[in-house]
Amino acid sequence: MAEGGGCQGHKAERMDYFLQQMINGLTLGGVYALVALGYTMVYGIIQLINFAHGEIFAAGGYLGVIFLSFLTANGFMETHPGLGIGLSLVLSMGYCAMLAMAVEKVAYKPLRQSSRLAVLLSALGMSIFLQNGLMLTQGVYDKAYPTEFTHGGFDLGAIRVSYMQIGILAVTAILLVALNALVFRTRMGKAMRATAQDKVMSALVGISANRVISLTFAIGACLAAAAGIMVGLYYGSVRYDMGFVPGIKAFAAAVLGGIGNITGAMVGGLIIGMVEIMAAAYLPMGGQYKDVFAFVILIGVLYFMPTGIMGENVDDTRV
Amino acid sequence: MGATILELRGVSAHYGRIQSLRQISLRVDEGEIVSIIGANGAGKSTTLMTVCGIVKASEGDILYQGASIRDVSPDRLPGMGLCQVPEGRRIFPRLSVSENLEMGAFFRRDADGVKKDMSLAFRLFPVLYERRTQKGGTLSGGEQQMLAIARALMSRPKMLLLDEPSLGLSPLISQHIFKIIKDINEQQGTTILLVEQNANIALSLADRGYVLETGRVVMEDKAERLRANPEIKKAYLGG
Ligand SMILES: Nc1ncnc2c1ncn2[C@@H]1O[C@H](COP(=O)(O)OP(=O)(O)OP(=O)(O)O)[C@@H](O)[C@H]1O
Ligand SMILES: [Mg+2]
Repeated sequence: MAEGGGCQGHKAERMDYFLQQMINGLTLGGVYALVALGYTMVYGIIQLINFAHGEIFAAGGYLGVIFLSFLTANGFMETHPGLGIGLSLVLSMGYCAMLAMAVEKVAYKPLRQSSRLAVLLSALGMSIFLQNGLMLTQGVYDKAYPTEFTHGGFDLGAIRVSYMQIGILAVTAILLVALNALVFRTRMGKAMRATAQDKVMSALVGISANRVISLTFAIGACLAAAAGIMVGLYYGSVRYDMGFVPGIKAFAAAVLGGIGNITGAMVGGLIIGMVEIMAAAYLPMGGQYKDVFAFVILIGVLYFMPTGIMGENVDDTRV
Repeated sequence: MGATILELRGVSAHYGRIQSLRQISLRVDEGEIVSIIGANGAGKSTTLMTVCGIVKASEGDILYQGASIRDVSPDRLPGMGLCQVPEGRRIFPRLSVSENLEMGAFFRRDADGVKKDMSLAFRLFPVLYERRTQKGGTLSGGEQQMLAIARALMSRPKMLLLDEPSLGLSPLISQHIFKIIKDINEQQGTTILLVEQNANIALSLADRGYVLETGRVVMEDKAERLRANPEIKKAYLGG
């Protein structure tokens, strides 16, 4: 009896471990999905890989730390922790939206008639500029998030679920649903898709390309800023160069899903997050090499199916 | 006929170094149907695109309702009542038929009016109602042409620029389309500038016509006089 029980216990443990990793993968994948959407939407509209997008994500993380520290110092977080986080989220998203629109106006708009290479280089330059700006204004060291109001969690059987994870999953889900509604149901969302499909014709029906492009950058930045804050809260700190690696992984997610495809970016993000967590959990040395898998997937996709898993077959959700 | 609604004064246009319009001058009066005919590459489509500001005029001026629209951004023209159905229809392929129509009314803020015009469009083209949830790109050529015209009508235009509305359509559907164009003109008083390969139909529909050759206006006259002109007969009406 005792022997059998032990064996079952071992099995259950492995199952719990797997479920735990599933939740971790979902959390991380959701974050990648949020960032990937910014790449894919901008690409859908102006065929630009916006290399500065990872820096918007980092800026979101920093703004979160600034707002949260301020609210903590004022004692606001003690009385209204949920409201405080929500407020920081909304303010950072708004700020990043304006930052991204400014980046577009300064670095991309003047080059709209130029070659794609010129704009791409401008995007790379913007990325370096913003990253150095973050470093100069915020310092080179990790900046800690005030986490005293966000720890805690509960046990689901043998699985530990933190409130933070639930929060991240909930916010991610809300943002993804809201984005879908915006792009596929609203007048401006339809105008965005029309612009992505035919710029001349959308001008001929009265859609201003400038407005659509600004809106696209703003939406992508909002999602990235939210992701930046959630990553900061989750890991407890931010760093000036935190946008680089997640930025490339989210780009890999966008390519995996089929760049330009909204559902594709969501699916791609979840796959990359899940693969990364599972590889770290189950492969020997997986933990050390966890950053490699996104790039292996990126290269594999580019080589074997450059249009991604939803690129041209399931074309309904291309912007 | 009313006052002049559209006037081109010595308009030239270039694609890079290639000049495709050479000092075009033409005039359309309110309520008229005016046709532009000419061979392939004569500059007909370029003329319409230049009026809409998609191609920038390198010389001359374009007046709409008495004011220059040369430097007006293309996306502001539908709001001023000037609307183009471009060559090749340019349906938004991954928007549904209904969404394509909604985009035609993009600048309008009167939701009730838009709804009413949408049901009007469906009455005009019942096949579009049947296909309203289908993606625009999955429609047949004729259906797409109907959708393109219906989409333009959603803006309640004062003036419509139509670029080869019969291109690639069967004679029967062409007839239907031209009948609708005539109706729009007569019943709603919409002014129409019509570009057509099919000079015969175009000139039978139009009040006046312009003949374009390699970017130049080489002839302008009343439509029936152009139809009777032996040179035009030989070059554009098949003998
Ligand atoms: N995007 C472009 N780039 C370069 N040249 C162009 C472009 N569009 C048109 N052209 C040139 O400008 C000239 C006029 O073309 P346009 O399309 O206006 O002719 P069209 O009269 O409409 O002909 P068709 O009856 O074949 O439609 C042609 O010589 C064409 O090659
Ligand atoms: Mg043409």
